[in-house]
Amino acid sequence: MKQFLVFVRKEFYHVFRDRRTLLILFGLPTMQILLFGYALTTEVKNAKIIVVDQAKDAASQQLIAKINASTYFDIDPGEDIEAAFKRGNIRCAVVFPADFENEKRIQIVADASDPNTAKTLTNYLTAIIQPPSAQPYQIIPVTRMLYNPSLNGSMNFVPGVIALVLMIICTTLTSVSIVREKENGTMEILLVSPFNPTYVVLAKAVPYLVLSLLDFILILLLSVFVLDVPIRGSLLLLFAESSLFIISCLSLGLLISSVTQSQQTAMLISMMGMMLPTILFTGFIFPLENMPLPLRIISNFIPSRWYYFIVKAVMLKGLGFWAVWKQTLVLAGMTVTLLTISIKRFKIRLA
Amino acid sequence: MNEKAITCKGLTKRFGDFVAVDNISFEVNTGEIFGFLGANGAGKTTAMRMLCGLSYPTSGEAAVAGYDVFTKQESIKKNIGYMSQKFSLYENLTVKENIRFYGGIYGLTNGELKEKGEGLINKLGLQGESKKMVGELPLGWKQKLAFSVAIIHQPKIVFLDEPTGGVDPVTRRQFWDLIYEAADSGITVFVTTHYMDEAEYCNRISIMVDGRIDALDTPASLKQRYRAETMDEVFYALARGAKRSAD
Amino acid sequence: MPQQSSDAVILTNITKTYGETTAVKDLSFSVKHGELFGLIGPDGAGKSTIFRILTTLLLADAGVATVDGYDVVKDYREIRKRVGYMPGKFSLYQDLTVEENLHFFATLFGTTVKENYSMIKEIYEQIAPFKTRRAGKLSGGMKQKLALCCALIHRPEVLFLDEPTTGVDAVSRKEFWEMLQRLKQQGITIVVSTPYMDEADLCERIALMQSGSILSIDTPAAIKHAYPDELYAVKSANMHQLLKDIRQYASCYAFGEYLHVSGISENALAGYVKGHTDVIIKKVAPGIEDCFIRLLLKHE
Repeated sequence: MKQFLVFVRKEFYHVFRDRRTLLILFGLPTMQILLFGYALTTEVKNAKIIVVDQAKDAASQQLIAKINASTYFDIDPGEDIEAAFKRGNIRCAVVFPADFENEKRIQIVADASDPNTAKTLTNYLTAIIQPPSAQPYQIIPVTRMLYNPSLNGSMNFVPGVIALVLMIICTTLTSVSIVREKENGTMEILLVSPFNPTYVVLAKAVPYLVLSLLDFILILLLSVFVLDVPIRGSLLLLFAESSLFIISCLSLGLLISSVTQSQQTAMLISMMGMMLPTILFTGFIFPLENMPLPLRIISNFIPSRWYYFIVKAVMLKGLGFWAVWKQTLVLAGMTVTLLTISIKRFKIRLA
Repeated sequence: MNEKAITCKGLTKRFGDFVAVDNISFEVNTGEIFGFLGANGAGKTTAMRMLCGLSYPTSGEAAVAGYDVFTKQESIKKNIGYMSQKFSLYENLTVKENIRFYGGIYGLTNGELKEKGEGLINKLGLQGESKKMVGELPLGWKQKLAFSVAIIHQPKIVFLDEPTGGVDPVTRRQFWDLIYEAADSGITVFVTTHYMDEAEYCNRISIMVDGRIDALDTPASLKQRYRAETMDEVFYALARGAKRSAD
Repeated sequence: MPQQSSDAVILTNITKTYGETTAVKDLSFSVKHGELFGLIGPDGAGKSTIFRILTTLLLADAGVATVDGYDVVKDYREIRKRVGYMPGKFSLYQDLTVEENLHFFATLFGTTVKENYSMIKEIYEQIAPFKTRRAGKLSGGMKQKLALCCALIHRPEVLFLDEPTTGVDAVSRKEFWEMLQRLKQQGITIVVSTPYMDEADLCERIALMQSGSILSIDTPAAIKHAYPDELYAVKSANMHQLLKDIRQYASCYAFGEYLHVSGISENALAGYVKGHTDVIIKKVAPGIEDCFIRLLLKHE
């Protein structure tokens, strides 16, 4: 046991003395969360818009004030709609006709060269200009956005980014740290020592489990306080599920380390080889339902797919274990298989 | 030919506070075999890099093959050959492909390549192996081949960094035969080694200690000066006082 | 079952191949308890493979080997408790300090630095002033000393040192061998490999190796004694020409400032060097390197 602890302490020395590892460990998740949270959202914020008010009455002024107050739009002082569209200055334009009060009609023009944005913006606008009080003869569609009433775009990404970051960090760090021992020749000494080779594997895994959980906390904090994503479910359940996922990723890292001889190869396989399948087959960017059958089948073998479902359910929907037990079981099965293979494959000899 | 192959005067290289090469001055004559010895960390590699045009000196002046190390690095590179124990040939190219590649880099024409390549293969007795991957050759052959390739463009000076490390005693001597042959053909040889008997094969040697050149002379005069039987003793007498601990 | 009377290391008909290359060919030898045994040979002779087989890191394709009475395959756990090993590459944690490395390896081997300090005291004292320095920042010689301390910290029965002096300058090499001599006095069996022929004389018994086979195995004195011919050292003003001239008639190799010539009489030799000036011819006793060259040529 003492040997084990000393080994774990040594791993921590390695991590805290290596700037590159620290950067991967804490820089990568921060960067990813901020990137996905702010830069890569499908949400449209501060879209430039021109409002032409030919009515200039109380009703139109009130609506313009509402549009102006929305964070989605930025009113451009310009008047020439056509020119502004041509220059690409504005995304959208609203025209209040002179007899707005009577006709109750307005014109919305959107730049549909980017159809998604155009659609989103017209939807926003339609929502804003609904009259505050219902007229008896008018049917006002009431839409409620489930789980994300404010349509906060970060929500969709956060569970995905958590899965992605943990996947990459766990596999990269474990595989690189083991392969580094091979490169330095220290692996030979470890193997020649009476220290049980299985413990070598475990002693490598424990520090990275701890560090990955730290990472997980960091991501959660960033999500809650920077991206305003709430945690609705049980924190304990979330941690338990994450630990399970982390262990499966660690096992994958161990597996990679047993087939590679150099740090660069290990890095390449775990970064590149894991990043793409995770992004493609987790479902947080590309909906899995739309994929052809073979790809859907492949996606079932990606642990992050199941973890993503679990995090969404627990964190965003506030669901309990009963809702995710099936996915948990699949993930647990994968973890046990991976861990067994990687311990079995970890050689007690050099070749 | 009176021209010096290498001259350097007050050559210094600092890395921050650390003076890796401390104000060294020496000359190497054309056609000479010059042994460049020193303990680990004495600054040999740093000095050699500057002379090969791979890094700029902090101060001092030096000329290699008549070209200034500050302003004419590209000309220096055209006129020298370089080989080390670590840098060898491409293991996954054949003997012939390696020769063609390095010859090509130094601008040999196809005709020259063919002629020199064949001459080289015949000289080393590699006729049967010319289509083999270099990785399959024994270490000794690899080193001999690497040296021959390093001088395929008949450079003015060839730099050899521990060329015979780990090689068997017979191959080591065959390697020195190649060095002598190169020197006879007018190539100046600048060589580092940990084998003290090899120091004896040099015309002159310098011994670096803590970044400075503490001794420079023919092996015979050095032994006389330090009242030593072998170069081993001379080296020991000088390097024992080394203070530097960084590698 | 371990028997104290048997030898510390026994190899019987060991063969190991990697793909198509044979690293070790049907090799047998043994090392006595408390002996300082040297494997002498160039890179590719199979020295590291032997070390890895004996330290249970590699499985041989054929043959049996025991260390301290234990089988290297079956009883690998027992062996791992009993041997110290310094691989060819520098094999400590560069980012840990001297002290941290030592403590780590001590704990790994189930002991403490305190418990076995007497074992490493003499060596450790030389690097103690730098104990808070990271191992990666040590000089070549000091790295070797630290690696040796780490290999010794659990008082191994058998110490395997794979090319501990390669790439190390002559001064550090000398110091390292002095340390080995003192360790030997503590009763540890030491198996060491080196490509430097001059280090062979510092071992009690040596095996001269080339291409996976043993050319000769005996005490250095006996090997030198078995040199079949008279050996002459020759020198003249033009050494390279002298080498070319003599080589036509006899086996002739450069040895430092002299050429070593064998296979001809002194008179014949004097005849061949007539055209040279400042000629010195003297009879010399063969060294290990002379023997190695001779065996190598005979082998080919």
